[in-house]
Amino acid sequence: MSELANIEELKKLAPPAELRRAPVVEGNQGLGWLTDKLLAFAEAKVPLWWKILFAIAAFCATVIFPVCLFYQVFTGVGVWGNNHPVMWGWDIVNFIWWVGVAHAGTLISALLFLTRQHWRTTIGRMAEAMTVFSVAMAGLYPAIHVGRAWFDWFMFPIPNSNGNWPQFKSPLMWDVFAVNTYLVVSSLFWFMGMIPDFAIMRDRATTRVRKGIFSILAMGWTGSAWQWHNYEKAYVVLCGLCTLLVFTVSSIVGLDFCTAQLAGWHATIFPLYFVIGAVFCGFGMMLVLMIPLRKACGLENIITKSHIDKVAKLTLVSGLIINYIYLMEIFIAWYSGDPYERWVFGHRFFGHTYWYFGFLLIAINVCVTQLLWFKKIRSNLAALFVIGLLINIGMWSERFVIVVGSLYQDYLPANWSKYHPTIWDIGLYIGTLGAFFMLYLLFVKFLPMIAVSEVKGATPQGDPHHPLGGADKGGRP
Amino acid sequence: MSEKVYGLMAEFDSPGAVLRAAEQVRSQGYRHWDVFTPFPIHGLDKVMGYRNSLVGWVSLAGGAFMFLNVVGLIWFANAFDYPLIVGGKPMFSAPMTFVPAYIMLIMGAAVGALIGMIALNQFPRLHHPLLFKKRFEGATRDKFIIVIGAKDEKFCATQTRQLLEAIGGAHVEIVEDQE
Repeated sequence: MSELANIEELKKLAPPAELRRAPVVEGNQGLGWLTDKLLAFAEAKVPLWWKILFAIAAFCATVIFPVCLFYQVFTGVGVWGNNHPVMWGWDIVNFIWWVGVAHAGTLISALLFLTRQHWRTTIGRMAEAMTVFSVAMAGLYPAIHVGRAWFDWFMFPIPNSNGNWPQFKSPLMWDVFAVNTYLVVSSLFWFMGMIPDFAIMRDRATTRVRKGIFSILAMGWTGSAWQWHNYEKAYVVLCGLCTLLVFTVSSIVGLDFCTAQLAGWHATIFPLYFVIGAVFCGFGMMLVLMIPLRKACGLENIITKSHIDKVAKLTLVSGLIINYIYLMEIFIAWYSGDPYERWVFGHRFFGHTYWYFGFLLIAINVCVTQLLWFKKIRSNLAALFVIGLLINIGMWSERFVIVVGSLYQDYLPANWSKYHPTIWDIGLYIGTLGAFFMLYLLFVKFLPMIAVSEVKGATPQGDPHHPLGGADKGGRP
Repeated sequence: MSEKVYGLMAEFDSPGAVLRAAEQVRSQGYRHWDVFTPFPIHGLDKVMGYRNSLVGWVSLAGGAFMFLNVVGLIWFANAFDYPLIVGGKPMFSAPMTFVPAYIMLIMGAAVGALIGMIALNQFPRLHHPLLFKKRFEGATRDKFIIVIGAKDEKFCATQTRQLLEAIGGAHVEIVEDQE
């Protein structure tokens, strides 16, 4: 009786409803329920929608992708639309786009952990998986764009019989290190985060094969206080490092451009521009992935509307920063008085060749983003899904405008030429999309797609200082 | 029972309960004991008497090692072994080394953090006496388990059992050492 009275008293002390934070998990169920709920999809039979989507993605990934890849590698870069003066075409556009998609994943899982946003626990793992797979797709493009892919090892500082070394004065060289580091570090972070969840799946396994696989992956995790102690430290350190990567990798991609003496590229704002653009695009992708998955996997209580609302708000913030940067870019182009800069920016929007990408850039990244100001839109899942898709298209257009828009009409009019992608450009892009979604579907089905142990720790039942977590006196209501 | 005894395990239902129980076990003077939880519990580190984890230092060592090595490598590659004038820039300078060295610092520190965590936790360990206990499976679900090791000087099959029951532990069981 006294305990109950205590809880009643605490309730009186609690802040009013409008000041309270939305619960991380709705329904206020126990820890066991959470475990069942979060792993239900990974342990259930493969549903039909998954099989259909997987078949489509796998066709793109295992048929279209290798055909386009091998044809390009065996024949040469000439099969793409890239030609003088547009030497960077869809390959670099898609490279930046994929790196961009990766960044929001790291931002959600790492930066929001450091700022102690508990709601991130429910979507962090999905975001990390998005990062790992999209960096892998991104890394592929420069590797084959070099033309002779079998000489890729020249990019790494490996002692060789020619006695030569890579040239470290070029940002393109830095890019090699940045993208590879990003892939390695985000994979490590992703894997380490899953170790406790592998242990959960090991303990719940019903077949010997499952038990064996997850026993090996869990590496003998028992969840002892000592293990958690070291694990938490390693997790914080990795989060810090991943956060640095969010701001570094795209900056270096931006440096590739801004060190070039080309109107439209030679601007100091580029590193920041690329980081924010990357994050914005990635949030769009997160909305596209999160909204259908939550429905299909029955996770409405876990990935709540409040979480989606927060992602939408972050999308809006990054979108507004991007809008500011567009404005600055145009202003500086005008203010510099440089006729070439003015020419390039004028042609981005009013030129006769690629104006439609400039139009998409304004229509989506500037205008559609403003819809996220409204709570009605942010709570409408279908609208958010469409906005997420549009943002991906808008950001792809932005990269096209930057890459091709500056290259096709440079300083010398005799040099001007147009750029058109070929079927191999398009096929490779479809192939990488297929590979990404194939990997993502496999991840969703066979691995713990939500960080179970993290979500448990973020519930009141997991808080030792909360009455529901067994606090005897006091505690926070 | 012919097998050796590894320890005694007791089950608790909430993080608050296990935290209080752990305080009791500690105040009784036990040394070889541990708490197994499905997620990290705030405040348990203090009760267990753990100091700052060494993982951070391993990570720092990995990062520093990589940073210095990459700076050295760039000097060796671009200024000593294969000097090449590019755009009239110096053969070796801070701005050109910083970015790759910094990126590789992150790589080294990340690998260091993971290796540090794995080494300090003595992973991979594919066998553990506790993993044979059916009830221990709760430790990754919704139960909080305290195990007092038989290695402890104060360990006594009856008295330790009494203690675990007195502090609220349910299902007190003997864990066999299956070596």
